[in-house]
Amino acid sequence: MSTPYAKLPAWADYGLIPLINLLVAFLVAGLVVLIVGENPLRAAAILVDGAFGRGQYVAYTLYYATNFIFTGLAVAVAFHGGLFNIGGEGQAYIAGLGVALVALAFDAYLPWWLIFPLAILGAAAVGGLWALIPAYLQAKRGSHIVITTIMFNFIAASAMVYLLVDVLKPAASMGPETRAFAQAAWLPKLNWVIELFGAKIRSAPLNLSFLLALVMAVVVWALIWRTKLGYEIRTFGFSPKAARYAGINETRIIVVTMMISGALAGMMALNPILGSEHRVQLDFVTGAGFVGIAVALMGRSHPLGIVLAAILFGALYQGGAELAFEMPAISRDMIVIIQGLVILFAGALEHMFRPWVQTVFASLAPRTAGLEPAKAEAR
Amino acid sequence: MADAAIQLSGISKSFGPVRANRDIDLLVEKGTIHGIIGENGAGKSTLMSILYGFYQADSGEIRVNGKPIAILSPNDAIAAGIGMVHQHFMLVQNFTVLENVILGAEGEALLGKGIAKARSELKRLEREYGLDVGPDAVVEDLSVGLQQRVEILKALYRGADILILDEPTGVLTPAEADHLFRILGQLKAQGKTVVLITHKLREIMAITDNVSVMRQGTMVASRKTNATTVEELAELMVGRRVLLRVEKEEAQAAAPKLVVKNLTVRDSRGVTVVDDVSFEVRAGEIVGIAGVAGNGQSELLEAISGIRRAVNGTVLLDGEPIDVTGTVDPGALRDRGLAHVPEDRHHVGLVLAFDEAENSILGYHDKPQYLKGPFLDIPAIRADAREKIQKYDIRPANERLRTANFSGGNQQKVVLAREIEQDPGVLLVGQPTRGVDVGAIEFIHRRLVAMRDANKAVLLVSVELDEIRSLSDRILVMFAGRIVGERDGNATEGELGLLMAGVEKQEAAE
Repeated sequence: MSTPYAKLPAWADYGLIPLINLLVAFLVAGLVVLIVGENPLRAAAILVDGAFGRGQYVAYTLYYATNFIFTGLAVAVAFHGGLFNIGGEGQAYIAGLGVALVALAFDAYLPWWLIFPLAILGAAAVGGLWALIPAYLQAKRGSHIVITTIMFNFIAASAMVYLLVDVLKPAASMGPETRAFAQAAWLPKLNWVIELFGAKIRSAPLNLSFLLALVMAVVVWALIWRTKLGYEIRTFGFSPKAARYAGINETRIIVVTMMISGALAGMMALNPILGSEHRVQLDFVTGAGFVGIAVALMGRSHPLGIVLAAILFGALYQGGAELAFEMPAISRDMIVIIQGLVILFAGALEHMFRPWVQTVFASLAPRTAGLEPAKAEAR
Repeated sequence: MADAAIQLSGISKSFGPVRANRDIDLLVEKGTIHGIIGENGAGKSTLMSILYGFYQADSGEIRVNGKPIAILSPNDAIAAGIGMVHQHFMLVQNFTVLENVILGAEGEALLGKGIAKARSELKRLEREYGLDVGPDAVVEDLSVGLQQRVEILKALYRGADILILDEPTGVLTPAEADHLFRILGQLKAQGKTVVLITHKLREIMAITDNVSVMRQGTMVASRKTNATTVEELAELMVGRRVLLRVEKEEAQAAAPKLVVKNLTVRDSRGVTVVDDVSFEVRAGEIVGIAGVAGNGQSELLEAISGIRRAVNGTVLLDGEPIDVTGTVDPGALRDRGLAHVPEDRHHVGLVLAFDEAENSILGYHDKPQYLKGPFLDIPAIRADAREKIQKYDIRPANERLRTANFSGGNQQKVVLAREIEQDPGVLLVGQPTRGVDVGAIEFIHRRLVAMRDANKAVLLVSVELDEIRSLSDRILVMFAGRIVGERDGNATEGELGLLMAGVEKQEAAE
């Protein structure tokens, strides 16, 4: 028997509950700041100012958010198909190879606006193919996708170390990275957009990938809710039995869904490689694949929610860096703790306050006469 | 007049805007069997959950044996002498009967003493109420009927004087149900009070002393059972006159549409669940498959519809074979005119999280009329759904509402509308009226007969013997994966009941 509560209005479901979760996360984080002997309110002020206080900061926030939008969308697409893709980290990392090969091959001949679409294809193809193997193993052999995608993260990391150290590194260089791309391949910056609002930016990495991320958010929305494939993915995600009944091929859905997911994760590589560093460096993903899981959870697997959650996490990254700089007692690791708390409350404990909110809503709701609709079916 | 075992007055319970119970009064006399009937969603389960402490009422008073008490948890209910036998048993499958009975009442940290005490107590209970089970039998080896007795023993062991049974006969053969009724009679004779929740009018008439009828969260009537009729109760439940018997003409069966030969199916553990089954369904007839749940009917339907792979046998649809032992695409079968209303509408027939319109194309979502290239043609899908909503009187008439928010009967209508409106030649139907209210049952039955009259072949699987008997032109009885007998639509309940219980053919024929 399910517990019947009042059904929440959409604004409470998608707005109020995440907000409560976030507030609790910050309260607990505030306690941590207190314990290390700093003033939590001042820390919060620095964090917010560090994320949004200047055009410069906003540009950084959006730059980080770009990474998280891609990886968040990747996790969300898999979620809709009932698959938990933990491998965004590895898929993005190895997809750097796709970007690098395109850029290294064509940067002498082509302008950025021709290299960009090719690099998108390269990133998506490599990321998608990297996800194909776990997907196939899941579909055909029943190997659990969570386990295989985690393991593929390690394989990707090791493979990239090998490639960057032994294969892609220019002969005379000491750093485990590719050569820098010719300037023709660099993606245009978007800092001027922020400068339109009157801010002044010295240098910030925000680039065209941000727009691509927003476009992909719209594409994912259309894919999931407006296409036949999306319908099949959702059917399979909600109920594999219903999918079987409806004649939806399980293997095909698992493989296609994971490849789309991997391709989205792979596109994350464009942002740092083609947009900011103009080379492939060791560990350029820096955990964005895992943050994507939290972003997708917090954004309720909806592209709009993911964009908002990605900006929140981008702000935490950027504001956190400023905070670590301003308050020596708060180290980089403390910032990770705060981010972890947000993930804990917004993601893992997402439903902790739901019953309570529902009870409040139920007691506020007008007592209209009516029959209880069949709610017992809800899991 | 006898004392009141339970007296409820003015019980109300709301879940948000939904008023599941409104100002309910109920008086259950001590030492009687009291039936509570009502459609799904009428509030029976909520009321009993309040009595057993799962929920607290918003207002109202509960008196047990004349004393007003607060029941805040099942523990309070047990302390007050109330026991509950749930529709879905709450037994640990790999424990023995004894272990299950003492679960939650084990006594001290070491089990020895508690078990010894329980054993003698259990012996006494078994003797007193004719509840033979055997304390050392492992529950998973017991039949469903025996498992139910374990549940009753559990309640009695905890000192229950008032026993609530929630839809107890849903999973029983007619013979097992009769045995249960004898046990209930014995309990009554020993002074226990029994509250029986059911939607089966026949049971109410057979064993209860008093009956209360619920509708839309209110108690609409209480009657002495011997002073009422099935027709009156049905009318009280639904709020209007209901046709209990389906009216239909003689079948005009024509050529075979669906032929099943030597079909054998094994489940995931390799146990043969459908064993060498052969039959045919002709155009213009309804063939009913009767049997107690779990005798292979579900797997039979799944194998024919391509959801489950068979190990052996052939199935012909319009004379063309279906590759039941290979990979079958259920979608391709739909294109060939085989529609399937699955037993489990919650997990198979519907995606409850989808809105009604999305569910109305499940399985037909690659038909060109619902698509524009790779995109869903959402206006067309919604228009199509609205049409079906109107034709099948699906309520609420909102194709954009989540399917989980529809009642069982309306959910079933969504499935039925989807499958029937594609105009299939063969319709497979599993448990079409499980969890469906009386009003919708009548509608669904008429639809199925209309399919038959339109010269379609209908294969009906149901554990409701009444349903099988009133709809079918021919009845096949399945037991332990085999078809153990065929009867025409006029077979008596008695002879079908014997077949369902696995009694040999020759004996049953006598």
